[in-house]
Amino acid sequence: MKINEVLLQSVTKIIVFIILTLAIYLFFSGHNNPGGGFVGGLVLASSFVLMLLAFDIETVKHGIPVDFKLVAALGAAIVVITGLGAVVFGEAFLTQTFRVFDIPVFGLIELSTVTIFELGVSLTVVGVVVTIILSISEDVS
Amino acid sequence: MATINLAILLPFIAAILLFLFCRNIKKFHIGWIVLIVPAILFITLMRQLPQITKGNTIINSTSWIPSYDINFVTHLDGLSMIFGLLITGIGTLVIIYSIYYLATERLILQFYIYLLLFMGSMLGVVLSDNLIMLYVFWELTSISSFLLIAFWFQRKGSRYGAKKALHITVLGGFAMLVGFLMLYNVTGTFSVQEIIATIGQHKDHPLIPAIIILVLLGAFTKSAQFPFHIWLPDAMEAPTPISAYLHSATMVKAGIYIVARFTPVFGGEAIWFWAVSVVGLITLFWGSLTAIRQTDLKALLAYSTISQLGLIMTLFGVGSVSLHPNLNIETIIYSQAIFAALFHLINHSTFKGALFMVIGIIDFQVGTRDLRRLGGLIAVMPISFTIAMIGSFSMAGLPPFNGFLSKEMFFTAMLQLKDFDIMNIQAFAGMFPVIAWIASIFTFLYSMMIVFLTFFGPYNEQPDVKVEEPKLGMLVPPIILSLFVVGIFLFPNVLGDYLIKPAVASIYPNITDDLIGDIALWHGFNTELMMTIGIVIIGIILFIFREYVRKIFILFPRSLSFDTLYNNTIVKIDIFAKKITNFYMTGYLKHYFAYIFLFFSLVLGGALLYLDAFSFSLAGDQPVDIFMWIIAILIIVTGIVILFSKSRLTAIVLNGFIGFSIAMLFVLLRAPDLALTQLVIETVSTALFLLCFYFLPEWKPFVIEKRKKVIHIIISVSVGVVFTVIALSIKSGRLFESVATYFEKADELAGGQNIVNTILGDFRAFDTMLEVVVLFIAGIGVYTLIKYKKDKGADKVED
Repeated sequence: MKINEVLLQSVTKIIVFIILTLAIYLFFSGHNNPGGGFVGGLVLASSFVLMLLAFDIETVKHGIPVDFKLVAALGAAIVVITGLGAVVFGEAFLTQTFRVFDIPVFGLIELSTVTIFELGVSLTVVGVVVTIILSISEDVS
Repeated sequence: MATINLAILLPFIAAILLFLFCRNIKKFHIGWIVLIVPAILFITLMRQLPQITKGNTIINSTSWIPSYDINFVTHLDGLSMIFGLLITGIGTLVIIYSIYYLATERLILQFYIYLLLFMGSMLGVVLSDNLIMLYVFWELTSISSFLLIAFWFQRKGSRYGAKKALHITVLGGFAMLVGFLMLYNVTGTFSVQEIIATIGQHKDHPLIPAIIILVLLGAFTKSAQFPFHIWLPDAMEAPTPISAYLHSATMVKAGIYIVARFTPVFGGEAIWFWAVSVVGLITLFWGSLTAIRQTDLKALLAYSTISQLGLIMTLFGVGSVSLHPNLNIETIIYSQAIFAALFHLINHSTFKGALFMVIGIIDFQVGTRDLRRLGGLIAVMPISFTIAMIGSFSMAGLPPFNGFLSKEMFFTAMLQLKDFDIMNIQAFAGMFPVIAWIASIFTFLYSMMIVFLTFFGPYNEQPDVKVEEPKLGMLVPPIILSLFVVGIFLFPNVLGDYLIKPAVASIYPNITDDLIGDIALWHGFNTELMMTIGIVIIGIILFIFREYVRKIFILFPRSLSFDTLYNNTIVKIDIFAKKITNFYMTGYLKHYFAYIFLFFSLVLGGALLYLDAFSFSLAGDQPVDIFMWIIAILIIVTGIVILFSKSRLTAIVLNGFIGFSIAMLFVLLRAPDLALTQLVIETVSTALFLLCFYFLPEWKPFVIEKRKKVIHIIISVSVGVVFTVIALSIKSGRLFESVATYFEKADELAGGQNIVNTILGDFRAFDTMLEVVVLFIAGIGVYTLIKYKKDKGADKVED
């Protein structure tokens, strides 16, 4: 019996964008509100999981031609390098800093080095989750 | 970050840049780019030379892990300067040489990345002041040496040699680390300079002999001292530029550096003197004796390196005596031993580097380096012959080459030993010059073998090879080195004043320049010169009758060598380790779970009992409302139902239900961050579960023995109990200060109002970083386990 996936596929096409928006929102809101790099990364990964469930691997790979192993490696590298960044400025390893900037139009915005650190966390989470799921499911086929 | 700190990092940065940007360079050899790095470093160090010659030291420090007294501190003094200049100077020459030697190599990028890795870590070893930093760089040199020896990893010999070198040097490295930690325990600091300043107060500490032995183990393994020398001949499987660079000029001298660096700390201790000088002497003798039996030119040079390292080691041992408290530092002539050691160290790097390069040229042009097949090359390779002759004659200790000067000083130091009346030295003082003299005869003999057996005699025609001088670029580096060999002989005091005297001053903190004599070319007809003349005469006689000399080696059966011991140990350890591993790695997931849970409940539960940490009070707790009760009861009921579920799908769904209920509980407890994370994790892991579902075998109602069932129940109940107890007593703050005050001030300390994330990204960022790395490793692990099964994906490249 062939399962009709039209419904799931149509819904996925819309929902993925909502999830992606949510992921980016969670990522940036983490500083002062619930969210953060880890959750942001997981939500991002779950959108990929949804796509993989709705479509087959080839389609997803064609749409997103990214090697997720490299994404994970990049994330881990960012995390370590941000730590070393503090050493360059003579601070202890992994010291984070922040400063409030007054930017026209946007108003007061707080910029923080933690964001870069969290970006690394997110990328690693996305990379690892999708790598695991892809490698297991590719083995099935 | 000051110049010297950056100097250490430059090779590492260059290696990364090389990997990122220079992968596809085909137009010219990538070595020309790499060459810039040691050249810059050499110039940088040379610019500091005037400061160092004046007797100043340059210290830069950057904090790394200040809470454990581990900092990135570099300390550039005379001793570090000599090594730094050798590393960068010979590094430059070796890279020029390698450009021609490895012109057609396919994996050239890897070669230079490993080489830069080595260069940076070796600089780190000689410039570090912090012992932990020194140790880290020390092991990095072992690793890069391993990678470079195994560069032609298709060959069995390369892999064997690389593993052997790694086993032995890392074994010594571990011993040295333990020694360093003990030293920290005794002195309370990791800084070498502070240790030198304060060691006087701790001379009677009972740990000092142990520290000396452990540190020396590190030094001896690295510098290939008897009986750890066995790795060096096998390391000759590396490409010749590497043998010239790592295994004669720099890395094997790291152990000597450690001995020199720690001479002001342990000098004057009887055990230090005896260990260093006797091991050095045995190595000197054994290395030169074994060199004679070699027929492979590179193996011959390896044994000769071992023997020369022993010579330098002996000199350091003898020189350390002058730090004995009963001796007046003003009256010592024995500081000349240290002077001679450093002088010979530089000389050895020049002539041995040149010799290795020439032998590489011969191997490259003729296609063999077997003494039995070579001969008569003087007619076709006159320039190579000249270089080889200069190098060999210097090694044999003949004028007019620099080896003559340092050899004479070596004999002087050996002969002066009899003037000591401490530590029972006089009783054995006669032994030292005699053994040194015999070893020097052997040295003369093998030096002559290199020159005369290769370049004179009948010319053995090699089939299909037209033998000629190589390209000019390959000849230039050894020519420069041999110019140094002659130049240092003619103007030894330039080197002595600018480089060696500051270095001696950094080993003897109280010494002044005029206590160290100048190097004289001509001492008159003294005992040392007579010894040299004797060496030449007996050496020539032995050379003529060398076939008979070799017969004495029949006395040493091969099965009694240290090589055999090493091979057998490795095999035995392998079998033993396999037995242990097979004992507990059963392949059953349930066993592994049992180990993890048992460990958890025993260690944590035990710690709770032992430290009396359990305290339980409900006072001040938030009241539990009706919704929480409902959810908690639901979770418990579901947990019990899972035990009786009939299919795997039911179990997974019920497990998911528990996860979502916990998320609800987090919401009720006003922890939105946790709830969010729990929800997403539950979703993703259910999806993962469903994927794995395909692979799992059919769910069978299986019967377990009663005994096993009881064990399982005990383990699971104990885990539950321990966890509950920890959760209950976590609030008591009995063992640790509460860190909650940090979190209350999260906004001003870390600039974030979400304390969960300030903990993750700021207060406990180190944990997060390691977790991210672990996650990454786990992901790659899953990937490789699934993708690269046996007979799938991997290419067969090894022989």
